[in-house]
Amino acid sequence: MRPFLDNRNALGLAFMLPAAALLLVFLTYPLGLGLWLGFTDARIGRPGHWIGIDNFESLFGDSLARLSLFNTLFYTVIASVVKFALGLWLALLLNRHLPFKAFLRAIVLLPFIVPTALSAIAFWWIYDAQFSVVSWLLVKMGLIDTYIDFLGEPWMARFSTIAANVWRGVPFVAICLLAGLQTISPTLYEAAALDGATEWQKFRHVTLPMLTPIIAVVMTFSVLFTFTDFQLIYVLTRGGPLNATHLMATLSFQRAIPGGNLGEGAALAMAMAPFLLAAILFSYFGLQRRAWQQGGGDK
Amino acid sequence: MSNIKRRDFLKISAGLAAGAAGGVPLLAQAQTAWKPEKGAKLRVLRWKRFVAGDEDQYMKNVAAFTKKTGVEVRVDNESWEDVRPKAAVAANVGSGPDIILSTFDDANLYPEKLLDVTDLADYLGKKYGGWYDVCRQYLQPGGKRWIGLPLGCAGNAFVYRISQMKEAGFDSFPRDTAGFLKLAKALKAKNHPLGFALGNATGDGNTWTHWLLWSFGGKLVDDKNNVVVESPQTIQALEYAKELYQTFVPGTLAWLDPNNNKAFLDDQISITENGISIYYAAKNSQDPKIKAMAADIGHANLPIGPVGRPTELHLFFNQMIFKYTKYPNAAKEYLRFMMEKEQYEPWQQASIGYVTHPLKAYESNPIWTVDPKHTPYRDCMKIMLPNGYSGKLGYASAQCMADFIVVNMVAEAASGSKTPKEAAERAQKRAERYYKV
Repeated sequence: MRPFLDNRNALGLAFMLPAAALLLVFLTYPLGLGLWLGFTDARIGRPGHWIGIDNFESLFGDSLARLSLFNTLFYTVIASVVKFALGLWLALLLNRHLPFKAFLRAIVLLPFIVPTALSAIAFWWIYDAQFSVVSWLLVKMGLIDTYIDFLGEPWMARFSTIAANVWRGVPFVAICLLAGLQTISPTLYEAAALDGATEWQKFRHVTLPMLTPIIAVVMTFSVLFTFTDFQLIYVLTRGGPLNATHLMATLSFQRAIPGGNLGEGAALAMAMAPFLLAAILFSYFGLQRRAWQQGGGDK
Repeated sequence: MSNIKRRDFLKISAGLAAGAAGGVPLLAQAQTAWKPEKGAKLRVLRWKRFVAGDEDQYMKNVAAFTKKTGVEVRVDNESWEDVRPKAAVAANVGSGPDIILSTFDDANLYPEKLLDVTDLADYLGKKYGGWYDVCRQYLQPGGKRWIGLPLGCAGNAFVYRISQMKEAGFDSFPRDTAGFLKLAKALKAKNHPLGFALGNATGDGNTWTHWLLWSFGGKLVDDKNNVVVESPQTIQALEYAKELYQTFVPGTLAWLDPNNNKAFLDDQISITENGISIYYAAKNSQDPKIKAMAADIGHANLPIGPVGRPTELHLFFNQMIFKYTKYPNAAKEYLRFMMEKEQYEPWQQASIGYVTHPLKAYESNPIWTVDPKHTPYRDCMKIMLPNGYSGKLGYASAQCMADFIVVNMVAEAASGSKTPKEAAERAQKRAERYYKV
């Protein structure tokens, strides 16, 4: 026992075991199982047999699966760009010396704290074809005659769900970027001011470069969350109207559980992996910390 | 057998017992009660009630069962669409509730995981005038063993405003699809639009669009499970849907199951398709305005189309006992007890007929005649067609239903986003993916 306790490497490994076990059981195993199911014809209540890439081939030929891929990409790109722009803007505002600063920052986080399903139900009311509070207000103000069909028209529904997603996701981006902003040394701004830099130049040449590592991390997470969104769509539209808001995650559930086709559902979920991996690699190689940001020279 | 009374039961039971004693082989086999295992406990998972009276009376019946047999029963309630995944997981992993009350064709997805309840079905069928045909299609695959026990269905009917119908110049609700379209147009002209769910609404969306398709003779598959939805009959149904859609309130493409209830009770639509829950909600409302609406609500069975016979689809409820249960006899005895007249009829009454019975004898339940507005819901099980009509039930039928193929087809054609021909073609391709094997 003694030599073991004296051996730093052995002890280190032993201490890592519980964490490794947790990861294996709760992350690796489900992921591996999902991958395996994607290559089988497993149904609910019936174990599957290996069928190679049949599921993927069949999905490729399925107009609904292709539509869900388009919807997911559209949803992710638009929502992420808007979340980034609004989040950065909000972070810059909150970074100033405002009265009630702590209180304001706490309020900004609220949409992120509310459970998604709850905020989705709130949006369901906001977007309701008959009872929408927005439509009601606009009609009362005499700006429109008929209620807006937020979720009833394909493109309108896409933008409405994106708006709900943005509302929910902006706080996360804003607070993370705010944390990043506060790590930027004021001396840099002073130096820039001495050089006669304008506000825009300060932002462009000091703030933005110093913020890129944080932006990379935040936006990677934001893209991952958006790409795999499920609850919001499930509560608001179930993928309708005319499947215009069906994302790959919601379609995967629909096929696997109500439809009973675990294999196809898993394959659809697995088909999301390459896109997610690409997003991670892009941020890793494209936006990671540069040497000059830590005082090194340009290479 | 339709007008059976409690005293008659006793006589019949006594007769059965005497027959058994006399050694008549057929009757000797007829089991009338299952003796629960010693120390048996049951877990039941059911869909969460749609009307309050249902759950109250159901739990009273459960308490009576526990009192009579000593078997403890735990009942969990889940939103009805969540029961299906839970039942699926239970079937998959081989553990979970002993009994699950689920919907549509669930039992056909994992028949080999379910306890054979043929003896129980035979007993109840004989005692209560037989099961409606559609029960066999759902739960006696191939006419062999029963894989579950029918509970009934959440019947749907057309729910309409009597005063608005009269205002549109109709004294009674049209019985056929042509007359119904005329009424819809007349109502729309009087600024009383209709509202039917065309979003991915599992219950209301599926039921009314299947009725429409079938009423014109269209169907997803034929008797041999060949996909035949791309047909002149389907196109005709979709043309009809297109015309009908012009009379709808805006927003129905996004409607999920609860939307039509809300819109109807808010006086925004004149006709929708729904269970008796709208009427129940109006009758029991605290709001005097909504309560007053109850008197103006009428119900009618779905109109008959060119095929000349009813073609309704309703939310069928099954009761499944899983093979992994440690207490199969207790589970069977539980279902027997709950389906007996003493329990079943008061339960139906408490929900003012939200669930339509699967056994013919319960047609005489006074709940169906105490208020004429209940009556259309009485015959739902009698006249309905099963999911996946006219093919066989199984994975493919469940997948087509879960994928909203018919709902989407009708929505695409009705809204004009695709022509009826294109919509039917697309549905054909989508269905073929599932029926290929």
